[in-house]
Amino acid sequence: MIEALSFEFIQHALIAGILVSFAAGIIGSLIVVNRMVFLAGGIAHASYGGIGLAVFFGFPIFLGASLFAVGAALLISSLTLRKRHRIDTFIGLIWAVGMAIGVIFIDLTPGYNVDMMSYLFGSILAVSTEDLYFMGTLLAVILFVMTFWYRDILAVSYDSEYAALRGVHVRFFYTLILILAALTVVVSIKVVGLILVIAMLTIPVYIAEKLSHSLFGMMFLSGLIATLFTLVGLWFSYTYNLTSGASIILISAASLGAFLLFYKGK
Amino acid sequence: MSVIEIENLSFAYDKDLILEDINLTVDEKDFLAIIGPNGGGKSTLLKLILGMLKPKKGSIRVLGKAASKNPSHIGYVPQNTNVNTDFPIKVIEVVLMGHVGAKNPLFGYGKDEIACAMGALAQVGMQEHSQSKIGSLSGGQRQRVMIARALCAHPKILILDEPTSSIDIKGQKEIYELLKLLNQSITIVVVSHDISVILEYATKAAHINKRLSYHDISNKKEIFHTHNEGEHFCEVELLQMLGSESCNTCDTSTSSVTEVVEPAEAKWRETK
Repeated sequence: MIEALSFEFIQHALIAGILVSFAAGIIGSLIVVNRMVFLAGGIAHASYGGIGLAVFFGFPIFLGASLFAVGAALLISSLTLRKRHRIDTFIGLIWAVGMAIGVIFIDLTPGYNVDMMSYLFGSILAVSTEDLYFMGTLLAVILFVMTFWYRDILAVSYDSEYAALRGVHVRFFYTLILILAALTVVVSIKVVGLILVIAMLTIPVYIAEKLSHSLFGMMFLSGLIATLFTLVGLWFSYTYNLTSGASIILISAASLGAFLLFYKGK
Repeated sequence: MSVIEIENLSFAYDKDLILEDINLTVDEKDFLAIIGPNGGGKSTLLKLILGMLKPKKGSIRVLGKAASKNPSHIGYVPQNTNVNTDFPIKVIEVVLMGHVGAKNPLFGYGKDEIACAMGALAQVGMQEHSQSKIGSLSGGQRQRVMIARALCAHPKILILDEPTSSIDIKGQKEIYELLKLLNQSITIVVVSHDISVILEYATKAAHINKRLSYHDISNKKEIFHTHNEGEHFCEVELLQMLGSESCNTCDTSTSSVTEVVEPAEAKWRETK
């Protein structure tokens, strides 16, 4: 195990795991307390459209997926305002149409034979230096936003009606949370893949929520728990030669089960 | 001195007229109870006063200015404080939310804001719970915290929407005792279903069912009788009196519209 740490791809995997875990812990907390889990799922799957477009036109995958995911987030944000009662229908639509676009564009790409499974289920062992920069920048942006707007975001998340009454621009912060969620989903694709992203964004958060007394504590604890799950999952996948993303998710789910048993028993 | 002046106000969602020709004057240090059937327009009137909705006709003036968004001199306690109880947030943070939207310091909360929030918690008798998670409190305690949050902005008017709808009888009494205390310096407007309880504390009552009928009940001890000392007023008698025009104790100088609402009244009684 120790000799594995000397490989560059393992080092990259560990750094990526930690960066993405903290981003997912912070944003996952916001997604859960704002009841946006289904919404984040829609964005995650829609981003496959961006991957397909990026492959077809030959620009960086992260860029394509990010633009597409942010576009989906903005679309959902504006729909939430106008078609509130049918928002779940529209999310389902965006979810499926995004994936369909991705599949079609990959079909159209001549001679393309890269394993698309890696985007669906993650490829943390293939993280490049550029990927790490992207992840690091995103985490920095998230930390910046949370530091400067913590009280507004807390107010919007806990009681948006009251926040609006106090003059907080609820729609701005709602959209901001969605955009950050979209970008977090994109970086999480590298670690666990877009199908499994939702588990990464919710399982650590669910455990942390029970143990926290504040949103800040919940975010920090979620980040720690997600990191723990990611590292244990990675070790598991390395030792038994299993898919890393799925290993991380199953480790998380098993831990959640154990936690609930223990927590109920208390 | 009047703090809220409503003149010829009408409001409609699409084509459904919710409020029609409402006239209401709330004086300083009034304790106004707004009562009436579900869908009668009580919450809509509150939202209009808070500036969350715009009137279709007529005008609302709060402290001499037209009602607008972000009313800094109105403290608002929303309905349903039992939602979102899983949210990981400390009592003190909920109260600090009363400062949100004001000039923010670069990070977190200012020392003066925290002191002010602790003061507001002390006012409602919840200071020792400041570090508790909001979900761990009882319904009544949570309502006190929401009142503290509203007090944070040093309001001249405190508006509460169904403050006791999910609280046990003992908790309800405590909330109203607290409001009575706050009423010494703040004007209080309460929307409530618990008419028998609210009318023990209120000095004015407005019954809203599309139209409004207004009553001065500050001398209620003479108007109503309780069957025993400390007992609630009889709801049937109250409704008969408040809904009818023939009430001879109404203060006609302050009530601009006194409309008979008999049919709806009867319906309301049936559903109760």
